[in-house]
Amino acid sequence: MHMFEYLQPRTAIEAEALLLANEEARAISGGMSLLPAMKLRLAAPSHLIDLSGIEEMRGTSVDDNVLTIGAMTRHAEVARSSVVRQAIPGLAALASGIGDRQVRNRGTIGGSIANSDPAACYPASVLGLGATVMTPRRRIAADDFFVGVFETALEPGELVTHIAFPIPERSAYVKFQQPASRFALVGVLVSRSRDGTVRVAVTGASSHVFRVPSLEQALAAEFTPGAVENIAIDTEELNSDIHGDADYRAHLIPVLTARAVDLASKPDAVGKI
Amino acid sequence: MANKVSLTVNGRSVQREVEPRTLLATFLREHLGMTGTHIGCDTSQCGCCTVLVDGDAVKSCTMFAFQANGTSITTIEGLASDGRMHPVQAAFQEHHGLQCGFCTSGMVMSIVELVEKYDGLDEASVRELLDGNICRCTGYHNIVKATLAAADVYRSGSAAATHTDTLLRS
Ligand SMILES: Cc1cc2nc3c(=O)[nH]c(=O)nc-3n(C[C@H](O)[C@H](O)[C@H](O)COP(=O)(O)OP(=O)(O)OC[C@H]3O[C@@H](n4cnc5c(N)ncnc54)[C@H](O)[C@@H]3O)c2cc1C
Ligand code: FES
Ligand code: FES
Repeated sequence: MHMFEYLQPRTAIEAEALLLANEEARAISGGMSLLPAMKLRLAAPSHLIDLSGIEEMRGTSVDDNVLTIGAMTRHAEVARSSVVRQAIPGLAALASGIGDRQVRNRGTIGGSIANSDPAACYPASVLGLGATVMTPRRRIAADDFFVGVFETALEPGELVTHIAFPIPERSAYVKFQQPASRFALVGVLVSRSRDGTVRVAVTGASSHVFRVPSLEQALAAEFTPGAVENIAIDTEELNSDIHGDADYRAHLIPVLTARAVDLASKPDAVGKI
Repeated sequence: MANKVSLTVNGRSVQREVEPRTLLATFLREHLGMTGTHIGCDTSQCGCCTVLVDGDAVKSCTMFAFQANGTSITTIEGLASDGRMHPVQAAFQEHHGLQCGFCTSGMVMSIVELVEKYDGLDEASVRELLDGNICRCTGYHNIVKATLAAADVYRSGSAAATHTDTLLRS
């Protein structure tokens, strides 16, 4: 691994200034994606700006029907948080299914969404729950945040500090996991808000997480698994790789959507406890 | 910034000058000479390098020593006390939880977190919650047996589980 300088700021503003002052600097939170990339020399930052000392980027709270999670909150903390489990049980369940215990003890929600891995779980929750990504400069709507493979709307040096999730009436995430990596071969998050708006976000199937309007319309009319079972998904933008071709992924999307609707309709969407 | 890390390892406070790129696993093995922590894959997959950082099981090959600054680390060398094995070590001996032993230190450290933090473990949940540790020899059967036996010791003994979550996964 290449040499770098290690810096540990105390505030988000200070961290952003360090990132802007050093063109090749990168932020590190859990390091569960960045550190393996550095070992492979896919990333060779000049400076690592460690965000773990920034207190304002931690914690969970509920206010006015919105659940706000600090970017540095680890997957294991989200999975266990009684605040999250009460507000959005499907989100706690999603966090508890990421990677393995050791990964969940280090990886953070902010790192996961800033990374925008095409097969990551959290992006599906941000888009599928219609969350807002907060930075020291602005608020970014989920629909504008994920723009490509490992690409987001974040500007150079811009940090995610919090994610604000409107609390839905119900939601659930179902992942068909690639058994070796545990990432999503396809993952679907379905939510229905109190005013009846339905969102369906799919991860693992394309360059980045995306919504499926045909499934959303069918579920807005009738929120049952049967409503989506026979909806065909266009394969044009879908990934094909050794784990599954585009047709296979297209087939999985309505199947997993139906399962997520079923799970969301159960009183305890956290699943096995 | 001085390139110095200062942390507690198995109850002993240590300070060392290291390069920022030094991994925690390298720090333990090469700087402190504690080779009980193994490196199996170096790609965050196998869990052989698992240690406890402030009580959390983490893969020490996927953490810089600097990120552990100020924390308290427990490695396999720190489990036994007064010549008595930790309940998880004793269960591994009793139930033949190892063959070649390469995965064992990471496996044991991971299971220490498991039995300390989770209540109501059964075979299925143990198999699922051990997915961060890979063993090429045993087929896991005796590892699962040893884990359940150690969990029983924890539940009945003074080492009570610290919270009541079992499986959260759906
Ligand atoms: C074995 C293994 C299995 C995994 N399985 C899954 C899985 O099943 N599902 C899944 O979703 N993920 C999985 N992951 C990835 C894991 O969830 C990572 O934790 C996550 O993708 C990145 O979060 P991090 O905090 O570790 O970020 P880091 O690795 O520290 O950073 C990732 C990127 O985001 C940037 N960044 C970090 N924090 C911020 C911030 N606050 N603002 C702006 N930019 C930031 C960094 O500069 C870097 O470019 C797995 C990882 C491993 C090693
Ligand atoms: S050596 Fe760290 S996970 Fe394999
Ligand atoms: S005992 Fe040989 S790898 Fe587990």
